[in-house]
Amino acid sequence: MLRGAWKLGVLGAASLVAAGQSWATPTPGGIDFQTPATETARRVQAFHFEVLIIITVITAFVTALLIWVMIRYNRKASPTPKKFSHNTAVEIVWTVLPVLILVWIAKGSFPLLYEQDVMFNGEQVPEEQVVDIKIYGNMWYWDYTYNQNTDQEFVVESRMLRAGDADRPLDTARGDIPQLSVDYPMVAPVGRHVRLKITARDVIHSWAMPQFALKVDAVPGRLNQLWFKVDQPGIYYGQCSELCGKDHSNMPIELWALPQQQYDQWLVAAQADPANGGRAYLDSLPRPGVTQLAAAE
Amino acid sequence: MSSDAKHAADHGHGHDHAHDHQDPKWYSPARWLFSTNHKDIGTLYLVFALIAGVVGFVFSGFMRAELAEPGLQLFNGTAFGGFFGDEHNYNVITTMHGLIMIFFMVMPALIGGFGNWFVPLMIGAPDMAMPRMNNISFWLVPVSFFLLILSMFVPGPPGNNGFGGGWVLYPPLSGTTGHPGLAMDLVIFSLHLAGMSSILGAINFIVTILNMRAPGMTLHKMPLFAWSVLVTAFLLVLALPVLAGALTMLLTDRNFGSKFFEVAGGGDPIMFQHLFWFFGHPEVYIMILPGFGIVSHVISTFSRKPVFGYLAMAYAMVAIGVIGFIVWAHHMYTVGMDVNLKAYFVAATMIIAVPTGIKIFSWIATMWGGSIEFKVPMLWAIGFIFLFTVGGVTGVVLANAGVDHSLHDTYYVVAHFHYVLSLGAVFTLFCGWYYWFEKMWGVKYNGMIAGAHFWLMFIGSNLIFFPQHFLGMQGMPRRYVDYTPAFEQWHQWSTYGYWIAAAATIVFFIGLFEAMVRRRKAEANPWGEGATTLEWTLSSPPPFHQYNDLPRVR
Repeated sequence: MLRGAWKLGVLGAASLVAAGQSWATPTPGGIDFQTPATETARRVQAFHFEVLIIITVITAFVTALLIWVMIRYNRKASPTPKKFSHNTAVEIVWTVLPVLILVWIAKGSFPLLYEQDVMFNGEQVPEEQVVDIKIYGNMWYWDYTYNQNTDQEFVVESRMLRAGDADRPLDTARGDIPQLSVDYPMVAPVGRHVRLKITARDVIHSWAMPQFALKVDAVPGRLNQLWFKVDQPGIYYGQCSELCGKDHSNMPIELWALPQQQYDQWLVAAQADPANGGRAYLDSLPRPGVTQLAAAE
Repeated sequence: MSSDAKHAADHGHGHDHAHDHQDPKWYSPARWLFSTNHKDIGTLYLVFALIAGVVGFVFSGFMRAELAEPGLQLFNGTAFGGFFGDEHNYNVITTMHGLIMIFFMVMPALIGGFGNWFVPLMIGAPDMAMPRMNNISFWLVPVSFFLLILSMFVPGPPGNNGFGGGWVLYPPLSGTTGHPGLAMDLVIFSLHLAGMSSILGAINFIVTILNMRAPGMTLHKMPLFAWSVLVTAFLLVLALPVLAGALTMLLTDRNFGSKFFEVAGGGDPIMFQHLFWFFGHPEVYIMILPGFGIVSHVISTFSRKPVFGYLAMAYAMVAIGVIGFIVWAHHMYTVGMDVNLKAYFVAATMIIAVPTGIKIFSWIATMWGGSIEFKVPMLWAIGFIFLFTVGGVTGVVLANAGVDHSLHDTYYVVAHFHYVLSLGAVFTLFCGWYYWFEKMWGVKYNGMIAGAHFWLMFIGSNLIFFPQHFLGMQGMPRRYVDYTPAFEQWHQWSTYGYWIAAAATIVFFIGLFEAMVRRRKAEANPWGEGATTLEWTLSSPPPFHQYNDLPRVR
């Protein structure tokens, strides 16, 4: 049943796409997670949905009890109070039952945690097939190092687009999104095991990607790892999620997930001119996302 | 709780203490500056908390006004002649809002205010065990508050004033890297003083409760509010020195070249987070436990029924206090902890739901079979149970690290902790305020105004915080001065809610002034047979010194 409900959600998302709305960003008035883009994110959201059902039932139950006692035992309905103040049986029930519910939640929670935290969910991926990207948080932009420790190493610096900027002002007609779009985005291949190594140069930042259900702090002096395998080409957005000073709100993450061939071409273009981060090549592509998803449906 | 404290009550009854030539006049500065009377010190705490609470509430208004729509409205360097400053100043406001509400509103009101007023009255003690230490406990707080406010006007980061690193004070942002200026040092001094004040106060409560209970009042007969303050006091004594240690290390890192948290010198900023949350998690129980005590009394009083499962209620608080010390790193799921460590903190955190559930169900069982009267304090208590349940169940969601990776540092967390604090602790605070209003001030409040206050606050605060769950699910990060337009709708609702809560606050003050002007004479026990604790055997307000003959509890 839960699985069915989840499918319903996917259908809903697909219909949003059909309606031509943006799918890869927060939705106006949205009340749920953003559309998941990895297997792990789907499992996170399915698990959350189960817990959501449980907590809704518990809250409704407590509310119903409150309403019942207010109706049944108000001064009019019940002028003489009863005197009892103990009932061992019911006390045992309301201690043991929550424990059982929690055990049930934990049963789903732990595998999910290990799936996210153990590299590639324990799958043995040969090193040469892993895509490594090193991420630095800075006040207040991200930079992405590709091909680290090889002679093809290069760094792309990624800053938020603003309306008044000289070189590349924010342009919503082009598809830029205020507070989310950047000048030179991070790029990763679709369907590959991507391993991120994340740290910071000054204060603590946090690299977050809601559609992948990922978030990890970028801590100076510490190397944190994350992994993902994204199913669909698209532009995915995240935002710095650890207070890092004045422009904390202004260092978003924009990630282009491209098919392998395009990713390889971008690598060549970006390495040739890292200061422009392969932007010209990216701009020459149809914006991945809506069209690709519609084609996949 | 039966007692033969009648003669103590008779002694005070009918004496308007302003006419008693032995009592200091209310307008005498010496009465307040040099006060050693637990009721006067309680009053000082409450008045202070009211003032600080208004400051913190206005600060949250600045935030809600800024967030009502995308773009920078207030914190753009030019609005209102640049009064609000830039984005950094927004961070300063959020930081100050958090610190003020925690250290200068909720803690002084619930522990310093109601604790000082009613722990001695409830346990049948003439005063606190160490009345002069009680005085310094209070007077450190305004000094500490002054330093905190002062920090907003001295240099913080290069080219700007104030500390904008969040109430959690994480280095390196709070170190010389992020805030080289004096502002952060003032924040450290402020919290040192507030911490000292709380430790002294906590020692006083522990000694008072353990040594000065009336003859016959064993620990297992003690009112639950006294139990709650006892547990809270132990949490304070154990948790605050850890904060003081962390702050001192931060201070020496900043000023004397130590490298506890500085990577370049071999330190680790994550160690500060561990120390901070070892204090910080018990701190959230410090804020809510006294409220649990108050709600138990109010529910029992207005249901005319003894508290259901008294011992389970008392030991559930002890359990919450103990478990509260072993779950701290659930605030740090995203720092890059070992996965097995996270798994431990997931399990430990979820266990807290069990004693909390026991309390919720026991309150409902107290009402079950009772004869419930919906007086204003009872409205706040029932509202509290509902809101705390909502805040509690989202805590179970956040306990799961796998899900918390998505929700950490988003508005979902903001919604969660405001449901348990702003709608939990603050509701218990108003619950206690109206429950003991006549007892403390000797006049009656207007039930209509107080009821309007409740309903406006209930609607307003739900409207502020419920939509923030949606924002968090959609990925809206915390502590953002600006956001992408998709988030606008729920932010707008949230800001509307703030205006309703602001109206509620105005109604609250109208009620206070109305009661002050009208001066309807209070009864010793306005609540009838349901109110069984010792403070109701005294006049309202109680005599300046009570229990000259100790009450006996059978």
